[in-house]
Amino acid sequence: MRQLGLSAAIREGIIQEMRADDSVILLGEDVGKFGGAFHVTHDMLDEFGANRIWDTPISEAGFTGLGIGAALTGLRPIVEYQYLDFIFCAMDQVVNQAAKIRLMSGGRAKVPLVLRGPQGATGRGAQHSQSIEAYIMHTPGMKVVMPSTPYDAKGLIISAIRDDNPVLFVEHKLLYGAASPGGGKALSDSAIQAIGADVPEEPYAIPLGKADVKRQGSDVTIIATLLMLHRALAVADQLAEEGISVEVIDPRSLVPLDVETIAASIAKTNHVVVVSEDTSRAGVAAELVATINDHCFYDLEAPVQRLAAANTPIPFGPAAEHHVIPQVEDIRAAVLRALSE
Amino acid sequence: MSSTLEIRRDPVDCSGRDPALLLRMFHRMLEAREFEEQLYYLFLTTAMPGTMHQAVGQEAVAVGVVSALNPDDTITSTHRGHAHCVAKDVPLNEMMAEMFAKREGSCRGMGGSMHLTDFSKGMLGAFAIVGSGIPIATGAALSARVRGSGQVAVSFFGDGAVNEGTFHEALNMAALWNLPAIYIIENNQYALSMTVAESSALPDLAARACAYDMPSARVDGNDVVAVYEATREAVARARAGDGPTLIEALTYRIRGHARFEAAGYRPEDEVEAWKEADPIERLAAGMIAANLATEDELNRVRAEAEKTVEDAIEYAQSCTDVEAEDYLAYITAEN
Repeated sequence: MRQLGLSAAIREGIIQEMRADDSVILLGEDVGKFGGAFHVTHDMLDEFGANRIWDTPISEAGFTGLGIGAALTGLRPIVEYQYLDFIFCAMDQVVNQAAKIRLMSGGRAKVPLVLRGPQGATGRGAQHSQSIEAYIMHTPGMKVVMPSTPYDAKGLIISAIRDDNPVLFVEHKLLYGAASPGGGKALSDSAIQAIGADVPEEPYAIPLGKADVKRQGSDVTIIATLLMLHRALAVADQLAEEGISVEVIDPRSLVPLDVETIAASIAKTNHVVVVSEDTSRAGVAAELVATINDHCFYDLEAPVQRLAAANTPIPFGPAAEHHVIPQVEDIRAAVLRALSE
Repeated sequence: MSSTLEIRRDPVDCSGRDPALLLRMFHRMLEAREFEEQLYYLFLTTAMPGTMHQAVGQEAVAVGVVSALNPDDTITSTHRGHAHCVAKDVPLNEMMAEMFAKREGSCRGMGGSMHLTDFSKGMLGAFAIVGSGIPIATGAALSARVRGSGQVAVSFFGDGAVNEGTFHEALNMAALWNLPAIYIIENNQYALSMTVAESSALPDLAARACAYDMPSARVDGNDVVAVYEATREAVARARAGDGPTLIEALTYRIRGHARFEAAGYRPEDEVEAWKEADPIERLAAGMIAANLATEDELNRVRAEAEKTVEDAIEYAQSCTDVEAEDYLAYITAEN
């Protein structure tokens, strides 16, 4: 089958939805003639024109609000942030408006809005490297989608666009892939597995809230998203050679979360490691640990291992960044800890 | 330029105006006034949960603006939004039921005074974070452009909101793209206790439009006909594809900021002077002066408005209370 990188897969999903549905529009900085900072919107202006591809000024709060107003009046806007770090400029619009309008209106409003952009630590310093999903995951009314492979990305962006709720669609810079139009900008990571690169040409939707077991195993479960998912798979490869069978689960969306798939895995393996690139304190991994304790406590033979970024702004220096973000060796050590207790 | 216009107490100039339109505006202003007067008493008796912000004295802005719109044009409102809803024909029964946190309320008892919404009337929502509705209305204008619907979107906000970044971001984009948007600064001269002179380096707020090369107007916000006329021009411009307009309507918040807030930061004589500039009485006097209505006719409208609100209270009190788990149905939409 044809292979695509992550950004090309997202791009294809957006283009197909825009062809199928005139109400889908795109707003963001440099999404038009420049084709997006990471080229996800490459050449879309040529096909869809300026009435659907809106190259905005640097006004994140403003254009997020525009997306909300358009969503309330019959459109399905996709708002791109050049880096997800910039969404903080628009937090009132996201947290107080987009997320709350449906409840505040007693269910009379719908806000079909996709907020998407790249995140992740890639040597760019503290303001272009963080992982922001926990902030949004904490906000009722928002959905949070985390594609780790091109196949998932295409199916999930299509579902996100079709969803009647505001959805944060999180892309990882290191996963965009060399085969993508913006590949030249992406750094590489030796742990990135070539999984899920076979992407069907026709449109398809992957339901939000459906986890994927990326690798079957029987001794221990790793739950991970985005880049961490690939590192977890690398660890699973290593440990297989040492006779340890690792199951790797990709939740694919954090809200809604597929607790059933996670619980079924833990019922089988009785040991679990959760890995996330966002900050450890009050983060995604913390929430997953709590959820596992709520649902799976009596299936556990050892405490859940939580592995996440250190509680610090992401430092620039490569050695420091490497230290702060969970690496393959850190995940491996966490798995061995889980199994040794 | 001075931050205040001369306080005008003279009758509204109604000569040559359509009496039916004037009477409708009079009626709507009275309904908005009566709605909020009754809320005040209901809060005093503790019959009503939560809080509310009165626009008593500012009704001519809401009614004058909305009277120049089509029913399918859209508006965004603020925490001080009852009059905007009344002007936009949101049913008073549902509004009052919402105030009482009833299931039959405009927002099924989930929004309350500060979040009144009615999409069927083009009322996109009351957004109670200052300045937050400005880009949302701008998005409705962008959407009207994309869909080719011919609709106009209006954002109401106060003098305090012009110092939020969203004001600048949204007006810039609207002007850049000639969107069919109208921005109404409902300048009631106080953001809680802070005056315009204390909060804005340039107290002539309409003048900010020049930063966006946007047409603007400064009108007497207690003259409903003047507000209507300024809005009509802005609507014509927007529908013709000639872009947005900024209108500063100078008015006065007769009551405190919220509920029983006493507004002791304002000089007594200033409040009294503005009470004499009441927009409803000025319109009544204008209609009489122009022989477009009789005292009897106006009194009948007054009685009608009182009755409508009385009925709304009775209706609301007969409605069903929100129950503990109602909210579960409203957090996210099922596709």
